[in-house]
Amino acid sequence: MRVNFTVNGRPQEADDVWEGESLLYVLRERLGLPGSKNACEQGECGSCTVRLDGVPVCACLVAAGQVEGRDVVTVEGLADFAKQRAEHGGCASGACGTSLQDARQWAAKGTDSQTGEGTGLAPIQQAFIDAGAVQCGFCTPGLLVAADEMLERNPNPSDADIREALSGNLCRCTGYEKIMDAVRLAAARQGEAV
Amino acid sequence: MDFLRPASWEEALAAKAEHPTAVPIAGGTDVMVEINFDHRRPEYLLDLNRITDLTEWQVGEESVRLGASVPYTKIMEHLRAELPGLALASHTVASPQIRNRGGVGGNLGTASPAGDAHPALLAAGAEVEAESVRGSRLIPIDEFYTGVKRNSLAADELIRAVHIKKADGPQQFSKVGTRNAMVIAVCAFGLALHPETRTVRTGIGSAAPTPVRAKAAEEFLNAALEEGGFWDNGKIITPSVAKQFATLCSGACNPIDDVRGTASYRRHAVGVMARRTLTWTWESYRGARRLTEGAA
Repeated sequence: MRVNFTVNGRPQEADDVWEGESLLYVLRERLGLPGSKNACEQGECGSCTVRLDGVPVCACLVAAGQVEGRDVVTVEGLADFAKQRAEHGGCASGACGTSLQDARQWAAKGTDSQTGEGTGLAPIQQAFIDAGAVQCGFCTPGLLVAADEMLERNPNPSDADIREALSGNLCRCTGYEKIMDAVRLAAARQGEAV
Repeated sequence: MDFLRPASWEEALAAKAEHPTAVPIAGGTDVMVEINFDHRRPEYLLDLNRITDLTEWQVGEESVRLGASVPYTKIMEHLRAELPGLALASHTVASPQIRNRGGVGGNLGTASPAGDAHPALLAAGAEVEAESVRGSRLIPIDEFYTGVKRNSLAADELIRAVHIKKADGPQQFSKVGTRNAMVIAVCAFGLALHPETRTVRTGIGSAAPTPVRAKAAEEFLNAALEEGGFWDNGKIITPSVAKQFATLCSGACNPIDDVRGTASYRRHAVGVMARRTLTWTWESYRGARRLTEGAA
């Protein structure tokens, strides 16, 4: 079957999709977006976390056919997504989160390629680098998408909030402490910028 | 495999009638795991995501009509007052990503004894709204679970909603697992006080072939509370009553040994959770009584 949907602001069309195929497989193998990682394929690890109409989900548990006409943001589009959000005033109004309408109107501009190369980093990505929160890096894309979404909803998270928001993302290297540092750092920088 | 994408509920019922083997998929958090691991190759997948009614809920006088696909996240955010037991149970489901997709309809469809929603539904009191092209019916939750991963749905029926009684008293949910997040229950326990009818209801998860109520324990506790005038005098429940209630709850289990825990551990843990949830809810009931009737 054919599936039409929007990925990182661009309309995409995937052909010859098997009916039982996951969104993750379509992203990685058909659209050439390997940022979302394939690990457990059962929703345990969160390394395939993407945003579906603004909501963080495990791409391995979404059937490809279910995304027809919908909007997906992957780690490759995160920097642009964050930039767009910052330009639209962030979350100062208290009406946090991305509305479906906003998600659908979002468009990538001025990037070199759909892989996100040539774009700057999202603040959460920079914070992960600065805090040394990346070791092998396999869990990082999922953590970035999940952490970015939490900071959008909750600009001043407590440690408990961070742990809760990232509880669906497994990391086997870091012991999570540096990841906690990174998210605290991103939150603090976000606070300073307002 | 065929992917069916009905745009309306009527179309979905027609598709299910035409293809009774079609597997409904909403959040996909159960179905996709089975497909990814090659455990299941359904002839038809019936996608319910386009039917937006399924993600809506209505709060009525007596009960909440919860659409089958309302994600757990929404239950936690919006229905904590009306459905406290289910909101607590929802919070223990897997991870935020899973709670954003999964809902109670899927939990009921899968009917795993380990489903987190079941103890809360049993304790609160609920009816499952099942529909087919032949018509609609309400299945009492006590009659819904028929075996391990089996329910009383007919082949052409789909779950449209669950009607759950609004809380008229404190409710609690407790779950044993190896860590806080991303954990399937070793066993779980739900308890609801119903001061209006002066009854207590329970629900046990993962400790029998199906989710079950501890009916003998409920009857014992109802009688003991009535006899001691506890609902009126708001006294602390005597330890012997709590202990006997816990023992009877353990007795309602019919667990197995498996990788997650042994049968005897499960029986023991259910007793502990029964005593704790009874204490928590009763303390909360006494607190509320003091507020409404003044300190004695």
